[in-house]
Amino acid sequence: MNILVCIAKSIETTAKIVFTPDNSALDESGMQYIMNPYDEWYSLVRALELKDQVGGEVTVIHVGDASSDPIIRKALAIGADKGVRIDTIPQSAADVAKQLSAYLADKSFDIVFTGKETVDYNGGILPAMLAAKLKWPFFDVVSHLEYADDLALISKEIEGGVKVFKSPLPLVLSATKGLAEQKIPNMRGIMMAKRKPLEVVSAVDHATDTNIVSFSKPEKSKEVTLVDADDMDELVRLLHEEAKVI
Amino acid sequence: MSIVVYCENIEGNLKKATLEALTYAHKMGSELGLPTYAVTTGEPLTDVLKQYGVSKYVEVSPNVPADTSLLAGSISFGFEKLNGQYLILPYNSTGKSIAGQLAVKCDAGIVSSVNALPESLEPLRVSQSLFAGKASAVVQVNTAKVVLALQSNAIQPEEKPVDEISGELVILDSLSQVELVKQEMLSEGIPLPEAELVVSGGRGFKGPENWHILEDLAKELGAATACSRPVSDADWRPHHEHVGQTGIAISPNLYIAIGISGAIQHLGGVNNSKTIVVINNDPEAPFFKAADYGVIGDLFEVVPKLTAAVQAFKSKA
Ligand SMILES: Cc1cc2nc3c(=O)[nH]c(=O)nc-3n(C[C@H](O)[C@H](O)[C@H](O)COP(=O)(O)OP(=O)(O)OC[C@H]3O[C@@H](n4cnc5c(N)ncnc54)[C@H](O)[C@@H]3O)c2cc1C
Repeated sequence: MNILVCIAKSIETTAKIVFTPDNSALDESGMQYIMNPYDEWYSLVRALELKDQVGGEVTVIHVGDASSDPIIRKALAIGADKGVRIDTIPQSAADVAKQLSAYLADKSFDIVFTGKETVDYNGGILPAMLAAKLKWPFFDVVSHLEYADDLALISKEIEGGVKVFKSPLPLVLSATKGLAEQKIPNMRGIMMAKRKPLEVVSAVDHATDTNIVSFSKPEKSKEVTLVDADDMDELVRLLHEEAKVI
Repeated sequence: MSIVVYCENIEGNLKKATLEALTYAHKMGSELGLPTYAVTTGEPLTDVLKQYGVSKYVEVSPNVPADTSLLAGSISFGFEKLNGQYLILPYNSTGKSIAGQLAVKCDAGIVSSVNALPESLEPLRVSQSLFAGKASAVVQVNTAKVVLALQSNAIQPEEKPVDEISGELVILDSLSQVELVKQEMLSEGIPLPEAELVVSGGRGFKGPENWHILEDLAKELGAATACSRPVSDADWRPHHEHVGQTGIAISPNLYIAIGISGAIQHLGGVNNSKTIVVINNDPEAPFFKAADYGVIGDLFEVVPKLTAAVQAFKSKA
């Protein structure tokens, strides 16, 4: 089976978000990037398990410049067979979808794994856009995947429950917690990753559908009203009369 | 040209998120001089649509929600048929699976997690929530057609009744290789992402055997229950209750956080809540900085008192 895993970079989750003085861009000085956790912990690991089950090859692909190479190497260290980097700094999810679908146009993959969203921008748009461009079935927030008799059995989390689907390949899925267990690369993996191929391909023209004009932070710095632990009637009164939520 | 809202009929109702989308469309439309139309799946619920300013709809059938690519295909067909320029939909679980597909199929630019009415219409600039609610970005859309997927609570529903509505049923091809095998509801109570009131517990509860304290309060309030990540990791509570940056993001009217320290990754999933109450015995707990109301005290004493106070309040009301 020919498996593709799309990996994104994301800002390390405890990072303080700072913008340039004119608020037009992120201030990236001192900002640490990691492999997006949904991609690393769930999507990539499940892809590798699937390869162990049925054989084949796992390719990881990333749209970004050379500063992302350590992230791709990490994916190789975890076990992917080869890496591809589309050499451009993407402008939007639509741009990533355009770059990936251009790359995929003359390839034949059976299944494309993505993460549910990046933990920084939280757009969550890319997986669905890519599926629509490929005209393949799409399953999002997938928490369980089985494959047998040429069919995928897929569990998707919905509000308060789960739906289970059956679908032929090829398909695109976006992974969430539960799909697999995080795997830490070992020394051998890290050594082997150095020798695995990392192909750099050039980008097609950018999609210019949307662009970010400015960033801002919510101005609310809340003043907390403390309520005496012995006077819960007062809390209920405040929630009813002041906050008007009960 | 028109503004089109995707209206999903769920068990005979339009969800609050859809009413928000209708209100958003109507407000945008009155600025632009465009009518609000709807594409519906399932019975079109014309009474509600009229109440929210919809004068025309297309019902697309058959309704094949299992195959989201077919669903997105039929919605985009309806959008074309209504000569739509803007397509507005909630960014809820259905919205998340189709919004990106709709952008491709309608040849539209897309903004997701939209959190307010547009800042400008020419060019179109809208605010989007990102970095787990820690920031917003103003995004400019450069395409003729536009999909806007709204975060919940981006706007409050407002009725704008119209007298007349016309509509038609369009029957589309429904050949799908995707099959819905089964659907299970895991929680008996209110689904968390839709709940207006949420009571959430952290490691401060010490163990699953104490959860009845939280459940009693939730029951009294009619609230859904949630938890922090270590709680679900330790299997004290099911995974679908885990909120935060790596769990689900919620924005209820009231979020009561009990015995949760307020780590940045937790706050990421809840800080769009309208009102936050924090109960913690550590006055230095970071969560107090994000709270509207705080109670410093032992949860094992405070929560039963709060439950009793709510009970007293309800019996008076
Ligand atoms: C990449 C990454 C992603 C993460 N994603 C998430 C996420 O999505 N959601 C999430 O929740 N966490 C997430 N975390 C974990 C997060 O950093 C915190 O560790 C976690 O939120 C802490 O959970 P807690 O508040 O329940 O526990 P603790 O931090 O242990 O806090 C327990 C609190 O209970 C209070 N307490 C104890 N006893 C009592 C008592 N008797 N009465 C009153 N109060 C009491 C304590 O004062 C303390 O404040 C993530 C971490 C990482 C690194």
